[in-house]
Amino acid sequence: MTTPTRIDRRFAALKAAGKKALVCFVTAGDPDFETSANILAGLPKSGADVIEVGMPFSDPMADGPAIQASSLRALKSGQNMIKTLKLVADFRKTDPDTPIVLMGYYNPIYVYGNERFLTDAKAAGVDGLIVVDVPPEADDELCLPAIRHGLNFIRLATPTTDAARLPAVLANTSGFLYYVSITGITGSAAPVATDVHSQVARIKASTKLPVAVGFGVRTGEQARAIAEGADGVVVGSALVTAIQQSLDKEAHATVKTVPAVLDLVSSIAGVLKSA
Amino acid sequence: MTLTTPSAKLNSYRAGPDDRGFFGLYGGRFVAETLMPLILDLERAYEAAKADPGFSAEIAFLNTHYAGRPSPLYHAERLTDHFRAQSKTGGGAKIYLKRDELNHTGSHKINNCIGQILLARRMGKTRIIAETGAGQHGVAVATVCAKYGMGCEIYMGATDIERQSPNVARMMLLGAKLNPVTSGAGTLKDAMNEALRDWVTNVHDTYYIIGTAAGPHPYPAMVRDFQSVIGRETREQMVALEGRIPDTLVACIGGGSNAIGLFHPFLDDKSVAIYGVEAGGHGIDIHNGHAASMTGGTPGVLHGNRTYLLQDADGQIEEGHSISAGLDYPGVGPEHSWLKDSGRVTYVPATDTEALDALKLCTRLEGIIPALEPSHALAYVTKLAPTLPCDNLLVMNLCGRGDKDLFTVAKALGIKI
Ligand SMILES: Cc1ncc(COP(=O)(O)O)c(C=O)c1O
Repeated sequence: MTTPTRIDRRFAALKAAGKKALVCFVTAGDPDFETSANILAGLPKSGADVIEVGMPFSDPMADGPAIQASSLRALKSGQNMIKTLKLVADFRKTDPDTPIVLMGYYNPIYVYGNERFLTDAKAAGVDGLIVVDVPPEADDELCLPAIRHGLNFIRLATPTTDAARLPAVLANTSGFLYYVSITGITGSAAPVATDVHSQVARIKASTKLPVAVGFGVRTGEQARAIAEGADGVVVGSALVTAIQQSLDKEAHATVKTVPAVLDLVSSIAGVLKSA
Repeated sequence: MTLTTPSAKLNSYRAGPDDRGFFGLYGGRFVAETLMPLILDLERAYEAAKADPGFSAEIAFLNTHYAGRPSPLYHAERLTDHFRAQSKTGGGAKIYLKRDELNHTGSHKINNCIGQILLARRMGKTRIIAETGAGQHGVAVATVCAKYGMGCEIYMGATDIERQSPNVARMMLLGAKLNPVTSGAGTLKDAMNEALRDWVTNVHDTYYIIGTAAGPHPYPAMVRDFQSVIGRETREQMVALEGRIPDTLVACIGGGSNAIGLFHPFLDDKSVAIYGVEAGGHGIDIHNGHAASMTGGTPGVLHGNRTYLLQDADGQIEEGHSISAGLDYPGVGPEHSWLKDSGRVTYVPATDTEALDALKLCTRLEGIIPALEPSHALAYVTKLAPTLPCDNLLVMNLCGRGDKDLFTVAKALGIKI
């Protein structure tokens, strides 16, 4: 990719300022389209540097109970791919700078049509993709076409990605590398920070890409500890859990829903940025 | 390009998958990065085992002395007579039942489990996980784990736990830990999601025994290879009995393992007509009322492979429905999807009611209570056989016995037990 994307520019600016990136994940349409739009709109001011927008899927195989439930809430409220792209396009009308990464599983993209999806995502103002179940072995399916459309394709590296495999994972990755700090599903227990540091050091020795660490991060203190040696941290399950805890008995949004997420992001950002 | 190149050589239907695990458009390895090294490891281990004559010898020994193979190829005389009496053309195929319900544990599932547990041992794994729908696969896994002293955890949907209680008791008796799955509709798809989540978490010591010819490469090919003993035996037995190979093959399709096991050795025999029978549930026209992913679905990506799926226009997977827990799955093994598109195999649905009728028919005429899954295959045989000539040799895979279904069947037929 020749011209730097929003993601490249954002990580470069943070690095120049000596700051770590806070990457925030929420599911599109959780708990409903309008509340979700309000959460997205408030995230940058609360301290989110990069936003990962989950494309809800009925069978999120790599996710734990919190994100599973979040996905199902979104689907139940009528979220679909068209609305997810609209959510991003609406966000872009007022925020030209904050990078948006769509994250999810391959099937909803495949069924929407890969080329149509890449065209529409780019037009909506999406900057990058994380598709959990499309490994480097299948780069010709979606990764290479995404790059041709000017989108970053961000890969996950995990504790099972050994030295022999890492080059394949890095080969077509751009924007940043997402280091999954544990073997397991999202929302699991937090990893031991020192284990993560040595893994991140191993990866950074092989790439100039920024590395963001995720899975299991819930608090500002954890974020700060984990981020040491890395370029950023990802927080997801904690945010969708905050959404869930703010809902009424019928699982509808309340006045508390948007602030619940944004306050948590502010508090995590406060600790992370004070590093 | 994977998307356009058929994996099989032009003159063979038996050459797939290609080296990336594709059968034409279908199959592949669509899994999270955490699992990718494990899947590649498994592929290497399986290739090494295949090249080792000791591995196939061990399987052959266990098939004979533990599972009780070969299973008989049985001429069902009264079913044959019944269909002949119904024939409007003076025909009626000669019906043979491949008696895989007589295997140890009561279904074809043991064929696959023997192969995979031996592989798991070769790989030094100590903990086994599996998903199960009807519980037949769970029982077969728990059985081989008991035999080899391996830790065993089974994921089973809460709905299925209720409708297959005899198998639940068997698994517990065999020492397996049963993990009920309440997400989704609590059936096979959800159990498979949970098993994958377990695997992603316990990568170092755990081997996942997938129960059907689906999932990421190499599972579809490997499970097919282990199940192909069904078709190889059928071929030999039919030649011994009739002096030639069969004309017609019929098997039910859940994920498609018993079917591909019977079909695969015959795919290149052009004279053999092959039928796979999917679960038509309440009827193919009823939205979300069936589990016929090929007859009523579209291609998509789930559980590690591209294949026909029951899904909505947004790519969300639907639950489907079948009276049979073993067929109640919104996908199908990728090789079947490819065989459907290539036209080599014909896939048809049979409804819950048709399957129940077939179960009664087989029980009364042959004294054999089939499982609800092969009852779907028999339901199609009841339509097909009367239209075929008398010299047509038809083999139906009777891949499981009906004991596990007695409560479901009794309830459906209004019998009090
Ligand atoms: C007796 C029996 N037949 C068939 C099936 C369906 O599986 P497959 O299509 O892989 O043979 C099952 C699954 O549980 C089963 O128990």
